[in-house]
Amino acid sequence: MASVAVERPAERGVGVKRVGSRGVLLLVVLGVLWGVWEGFRAIGIHYGLTRPFTVDATSMPHIHDMFKALFERPNAEGPLLIVTLLEAAAFTAKEAALGFAMGSVGGFAIGALLAHSRMLQRGFLPYVVASQTVPILAIAPMVVIWFTNPNSTFHVTAWVAVAILASYLTFFPVAIATLRGLQATDHRAVELMRSYAANRWTVLWKLRFPTALPYLFSALKISATASIVGAIIGESPTSIAGGLGGAILNFAQFYSFQPQNLWATNIVAAALGIAFFLVVVGAERLVLRHAPENVA
Amino acid sequence: MGIVAAALAGVVLSAGLGTAAAAPKAKQLDKVTLQLKWVTDTQFGGYYAAQQLGYFKKFGLDVTLRPGGPSITPEQVVASGQAQVGIDWLPSLLAARDTGTGLVNIAQMFSKSGMTELTWKSSGITSVAQMKNKKVGVWCCGNQYELYAALTKYGMDPTKNKGVTIVNQPFDMNLFLQHKVDAAAAMTYNELAQVMETKNPKTGKLYTLKDLNVFPMQNEGTGMLEDGLFTTQDWLNSHRDVAMRLVAASDWGWIYCRDHAVQCAQWVVKAGTALPAGHQVWEQNESNKLIWPNKLGIGVMDPKAFAFTAATSLKYHGIKHAATRKAYDAQIAKAALQYLKNHVKGIDVYGKHFKPIHVTLTAGGK
Repeated sequence: MASVAVERPAERGVGVKRVGSRGVLLLVVLGVLWGVWEGFRAIGIHYGLTRPFTVDATSMPHIHDMFKALFERPNAEGPLLIVTLLEAAAFTAKEAALGFAMGSVGGFAIGALLAHSRMLQRGFLPYVVASQTVPILAIAPMVVIWFTNPNSTFHVTAWVAVAILASYLTFFPVAIATLRGLQATDHRAVELMRSYAANRWTVLWKLRFPTALPYLFSALKISATASIVGAIIGESPTSIAGGLGGAILNFAQFYSFQPQNLWATNIVAAALGIAFFLVVVGAERLVLRHAPENVA
Repeated sequence: MGIVAAALAGVVLSAGLGTAAAAPKAKQLDKVTLQLKWVTDTQFGGYYAAQQLGYFKKFGLDVTLRPGGPSITPEQVVASGQAQVGIDWLPSLLAARDTGTGLVNIAQMFSKSGMTELTWKSSGITSVAQMKNKKVGVWCCGNQYELYAALTKYGMDPTKNKGVTIVNQPFDMNLFLQHKVDAAAAMTYNELAQVMETKNPKTGKLYTLKDLNVFPMQNEGTGMLEDGLFTTQDWLNSHRDVAMRLVAASDWGWIYCRDHAVQCAQWVVKAGTALPAGHQVWEQNESNKLIWPNKLGIGVMDPKAFAFTAATSLKYHGIKHAATRKAYDAQIAKAALQYLKNHVKGIDVYGKHFKPIHVTLTAGGK
């Protein structure tokens, strides 16, 4: 089970070689993707393909044009596009990080609570699941109205409201994984702990929690990328123009005459998602390296 | 987990939960949040100019401009108290009023309609009448009435797709550029320019007005009133003076932009996210044309234009009940003009001799 979540730590000595071969693999994959895009584009334009969409310079800009756009100025007096986008990414990252933290803590608390009572689990789990069927776009205006109205005694700045929205996407995987992970403990181990007169709390922290960690990290990886999505979506109804959501909206508007700018924005958004993912992977390595019993 | 929780608590606290009261200033400014209809661009140039030039401050206001977007309905934002004043097209305001939301127009900034329908010269469609049995693109959700009224004038029934095929148009111009529709809606200040900032793949040159037939709804006699300022009746009752000063400062901003279109566009470009500058100059210039010249003075509602907008909304079921004069408070805009004349020597609020500048569009709107 845990092997899904945890990769075996690299053995010493072969590490450098592995990094090298991974780099080559990465380049090969990127090259293939580039070839597929440019190949489809060339064929599509040559034969005038209209399905699944009309292939032309607007619908499929050259990949090198997307990267080139990053290092051009969208307007003469402004900064390079990449500077604007990195600033926007930093802003969105702040929202996503808080949302990720709130969602993870909240999700863990919910999962732990449900794991300890079958009745709570039966009663509330369906609603936890149902919460994810309500689109975040429908929740967003409510969160904005509830938490950002300056006339209310409790209100937060707009970017915190976005973080709350991001947490809505991130708590769910963590809650489910926590529940599953805490229940995955070997019964014999639990019985052994009980025979030593360990109380529930001790069993939770010394036994169940470490067993649940691989599950938890799988969920955190999903949450990390979801938090970026949540933050980007949340920026629009909260009227935040300075993040990636604002940039996407802005460049979508002018897509017909500068499509490469929207694609360049997508590249930066994807890079941010990958960065978040890698942070979780790094944390996982650090935490689980010293816990060989978790590496199945 | 404890460390995470503690860090989290720290972030939340520093994020300013329940912000403390602002430090008292020597001269207390009235705080107003203005919800724009759309993202930062020169369609709102006058408000950005008023901000930049300190006109709001001069009139005792501390104004926050709140950008809009596809998931923001200004009426809802104002009704829920997140902003005191909003900008939207009059038909949208009437629709909100129709559902019982107590909103009221306090200044009608754009006195003419900026909506057009475009066809390609090569299509041979040289009048709205010739759109019969063609695929005609238009936006949804209350933005279609002007075109519907024009098509109806020539015997088509767009609501039932009789004599014409209505195509729901997204907010970019790709359907039109790819010739998937015979005609497409375009605002003079935005989409029309977008087409002319795109290269014709056959010639490698930018499209120009020579490639297009442009049918302004204003010329078809079916133009409706667009951008106007509105607030809730409740707020207006207790803040009439603030509302009047907000309109006056906004008027002043637009008056400045009338005479300095390029400068206004530059400010907006600075305020926005990597906006194409050339496109913004075009947009400022076209927005100016929708305001100036104005016989009644900027912001004052023309009762005839209001009546036409209200009647057309009713006809196409934008509203269920006929709109009344209660939908706007003409006194605010008139008082604002007087206030402006009293405070700014020799200011011209009519723009009788207004001349738009000539803007050359470039590839990619730079």
